[in-house]
Amino acid sequence: MLVTEQDRLRQDIDALVERHGHARSALMPILQEVQRNYSLVSPYAMQVIADRLGIHPVEVHGVVSFYSYLSEKPKGRYIVRLCRTISCDMAGKTRIARQLENDLGIEFGETSRDGAFTLEWANCIGMCDQGPALLVNEKVFTRVTPAQVHEIIAECRAIFGNQAHQLREGLHS
Amino acid sequence: MTAAHGNPSGGPSGKPTGGLTFATVDSEAGLKVALSGPRPDIVMKLRESGLRGRGGAGFPTAVKWTLAAAARGEQKFVVCNADEGEPGTFKDRVILNEFPDLVFAGMTIGGRAIGAREGILYLRAEYTYMRDALEAVLERRRKAGLLGANAGGLAGFEFDIRIQMGAGAYVCGEETALIESLEGQRGEPRNRPPFPVDTGFMGLPSIVNNVETLAWVACIMAKGPEWFKAVGTDKSTGLKLFSVSGDCARPGVYEFPLGITVAKLLEAVGGSDAKAVQVGGASGHCLPRSEFTRALAFEDISTGGSIIVFGQSRDMLEVARNFLEFFVEESCGQCTPCRDGSVKLLEGVELLEEGECSTAYLRELKGLSKTMQLASKCGLGQSAPNAFLSIVEHFQGEILGRSAAGI
Repeated sequence: MLVTEQDRLRQDIDALVERHGHARSALMPILQEVQRNYSLVSPYAMQVIADRLGIHPVEVHGVVSFYSYLSEKPKGRYIVRLCRTISCDMAGKTRIARQLENDLGIEFGETSRDGAFTLEWANCIGMCDQGPALLVNEKVFTRVTPAQVHEIIAECRAIFGNQAHQLREGLHS
Repeated sequence: MTAAHGNPSGGPSGKPTGGLTFATVDSEAGLKVALSGPRPDIVMKLRESGLRGRGGAGFPTAVKWTLAAAARGEQKFVVCNADEGEPGTFKDRVILNEFPDLVFAGMTIGGRAIGAREGILYLRAEYTYMRDALEAVLERRRKAGLLGANAGGLAGFEFDIRIQMGAGAYVCGEETALIESLEGQRGEPRNRPPFPVDTGFMGLPSIVNNVETLAWVACIMAKGPEWFKAVGTDKSTGLKLFSVSGDCARPGVYEFPLGITVAKLLEAVGGSDAKAVQVGGASGHCLPRSEFTRALAFEDISTGGSIIVFGQSRDMLEVARNFLEFFVEESCGQCTPCRDGSVKLLEGVELLEEGECSTAYLRELKGLSKTMQLASKCGLGQSAPNAFLSIVEHFQGEILGRSAAGI
């Protein structure tokens, strides 16, 4: 049977609503899982979630646009978040930033064309004693050197290229 | 008991921390004491201990819990604020990694004290990698009968804890913004009063406490209020964890009695030749050498424990810029003084960098800072100008009259 992308999304949201409930307080956990599974919360997803929770889609949009971990535009499979706050700044985040841009071929705020990487700044990720620090999805890297940037990216690329069906597992566990 | 020298600790996923008091306390001993005595005994012990909130505001924990216990509501909630986002703070990460049982025991004690059945740990998105381990601890506690029906073996006491993730907003560390986020809203702070102890999560009485505060609650129940207040000062009793980073030999998490001077702390972490120290993170104050004699205590410099050390070669204007960029980014945008004020201050820093800021305009910026402190709705906006003001005050010679290329 042909299942369209939208059908699948709707079924997924129904399953999430089943699990988290119809209350407004279920909104964040539902949005977080949609973001995680689809790398964005699309207008259609917002509409379906709003319908299921009995709220206006604008309410959902307001929440999605507020939080930096939720996005309306597609993010890459791997979101690299480099901490820019003072301790990591003093520990040399600028050189890490430059090398990330060089090796990924994108600037901060951009997503690579193959959809593999998004490069972002993060505000203090709580690794101030071990800077410069960055997150790749949920995994944290500390005391990063410019030379290590390549290794971190290569690790992601290996997973992205070779195991396209389980893209996210490596860095989500 | 002398815990005068701290011990560094850390590791992305946490390594054993020798030396922290939390390592020496049996997390369940406190829970047992709290559940075996009459309910009011819990807040009485907390009052005697003098415990004040470890997140930075320093509100007396016993007062908060007494109000919530007295408040009427069909249901009440214990919320643990693990949205540790203040720049330079990472002690809660270490506590959650290494002593999660103490925190969960503290939450359970809170449930007993105020009459709540549900606890919520609000964990910041950046700490998602800790979630599975924390869920496993909760599951273990359920199996051991420490959570759920008849929790801790007390007939009729039902209490369970769930984890909800943040989504990357610093302002959600503010308790009413955190509650908004829990309710599925934008993380915009509410007006206070009413306070969460009356009108918290879902409009019901709730206590919101910092991770460290809850861990200390479990310790105080286990060892008694006298033990706790044996160190510290009269108004700031007990030990406190400090997150130390920046230009020092040994960054990490340290434990000191409250009341320790900045100079002593710097000596312990190998940062004695510092030019300045930022106490309290981006929302805190920048202290020059002349103020290193001041004490880290609620009655002198109140702090959640963030200590950022600046070495002699640091450009203080760059520091001010970094903090203001932070606030421009993290302001929730709800009230004008904070939203627009932060941008104006950042523009001011840019003028200073270019050497094009007149003394009169700098005075205007100071006035604007005062307005932000007075008129912003929540703690974020009220404290956003602090770092800027203290840097302008103490390092005026360094920031005025620059050439565009630098100093």
